[in-house]
Amino acid sequence: MSKQINIEPTPQEEEKEYSTLNLGPTHPATHGIFQNVLKMDGEIIHEATPTVGYIHRAFEKLAERRPYGQITPITDRLNYCSAPINNMGWEMTVEKLYGVKLPKRVEYMRIIIMELSRISDHLICNSVIGVDTGAMTGFLYIFQWREKIYDIYESICGGRLTSNIGRIGGFERDWSPKTWELIQSFVKEYPKALKEFAGLLERNRIFMDRTINCGPISAEMALEYSFTGPNLRAAGVDYDVRIASPYSSYEDFDFIVPVGTSGDTYDRFMVRQEEMWQSLKIIEQALKNMPKEGGFRADVPDFYLPPKEQVYNQMEALIYHFKIVMGETDAPKGEVYHCVEGGNGELGFYLVSDGGRTPYRLHFRRPCFIYYQAYPEMVKGSMLSDAIITMSSMNVIAGELDA
Amino acid sequence: MSAEVHTLVSEKIKTLLPEAIIHDELAYNFPVFEIKHEFIHQVLAFLKNDTDLNFHFLTDLTGIQTPDEKKLGVVYHLHNMPKNYRVRIKTFFDIAKPELPTATDIWPAANWMERETYDFFGIKFKGHPNLKRILNVDEMDIFPLRKEFPLEDQTRDDKEDKMFGR
Repeated sequence: MSKQINIEPTPQEEEKEYSTLNLGPTHPATHGIFQNVLKMDGEIIHEATPTVGYIHRAFEKLAERRPYGQITPITDRLNYCSAPINNMGWEMTVEKLYGVKLPKRVEYMRIIIMELSRISDHLICNSVIGVDTGAMTGFLYIFQWREKIYDIYESICGGRLTSNIGRIGGFERDWSPKTWELIQSFVKEYPKALKEFAGLLERNRIFMDRTINCGPISAEMALEYSFTGPNLRAAGVDYDVRIASPYSSYEDFDFIVPVGTSGDTYDRFMVRQEEMWQSLKIIEQALKNMPKEGGFRADVPDFYLPPKEQVYNQMEALIYHFKIVMGETDAPKGEVYHCVEGGNGELGFYLVSDGGRTPYRLHFRRPCFIYYQAYPEMVKGSMLSDAIITMSSMNVIAGELDA
Repeated sequence: MSAEVHTLVSEKIKTLLPEAIIHDELAYNFPVFEIKHEFIHQVLAFLKNDTDLNFHFLTDLTGIQTPDEKKLGVVYHLHNMPKNYRVRIKTFFDIAKPELPTATDIWPAANWMERETYDFFGIKFKGHPNLKRILNVDEMDIFPLRKEFPLEDQTRDDKEDKMFGR
């Protein structure tokens, strides 16, 4: 569909022919604060120049002044469509630095939450591709399931969009029976909705005509541009951090990594669809094999307040309580890189600690930021309307892009 | 696994450029190499093009400053996906002359990552096609992630102490 033959004009013609179009920064079709200065030949994009940084919030600098526990809420605001993955990725980074070994039960609980947030991330992205191609129904219908996932977060930690879920070393408290009930009912009822959603779009003639061959990227180019996540897998490379370097006991689970062939919008859509089914499979396995013993946290005294009765009666416990609340616990010295499979790719945390209470340097490897630089090449020579759905199918999240 | 990668990479670099490695270690099960900044481009190109190692994927590129504020550094995380080798390459140079050859000719993905590093640390990547600020405004005249700029904004002159009682 989107393949157009471009005849390169001479410089004089260029002056005459092209018009400049500002797509964004605020535009209803870009889903976030993105600006693209487009050089257009009629309706065909000749050149795109993205401008990023509109919502830059200096997270890396902020993190240098914050104690470890207080950095978790910052990570929420990176990819806010799947905040728990960011939270837990950060928590695991600090646990790696401390050398904490978590009980299996906590790791399985984490996997449930991370897979739920992967579902909510993919669900938004895929339904928004539908909206951008003109199919509003799927979006409105599937969105209530995101609400159900948020209800699960809410029953665990109180937060919904920016969840701040979990603590370094596990969870704040054990999950209530209500939470388990919500998860069980979600796993039971969601497949029905997902099937209906798939029925609306997956083999829809109009949708397929619109998305096949739209914004394609080859596997070689995707690797050169350091693509990760569903976008890389849609191009045909079966790289998944959960398989390549398993964390949080992912090695115990049985799931497949879906790959596409041509890396176009339709493949990206289909890879995400299949990943939602795989996530459900993982959650089912986690629920089935959930160990009874193990509690909800590891023994990390640096990040868990002592029990209240001890705080009121024992000097030592009071001191620890005060130290933890004020964020005065020193971390070990070290340099750690930890990566997790985020909603849209390999989310990495490069943490350098000099032994103080805050990180010496913290760098987030934000997948969006890295793969968005290939966008101008992907939309070159395509129609403006194809550029819009290419962007929404890449799942570029402004919060993560700009940090 | 990581230990094997560590010995393999260090042997390979030592045969190619015996004096390039300043320091190498296995930190938290991750091979780390500190390379002299004169050799960095040569080493990176070798790591990508060597058939055994083939670090074809640039996972991450970022800047760092030493605590004495005299040196700046760049940290590369490289990855070979089929064999699942990962390696971290670090290089440090004088803050007065923050220049390093670009890696965009090796990995095109380095483009924005180097722009980000320039934006926050002021490291000039020689040969970069479009080295300008990316996340901060173009008019900014400081490099905010350097330690000489503490989080409380020291460069503002519109905030008078007598008005705000600081």
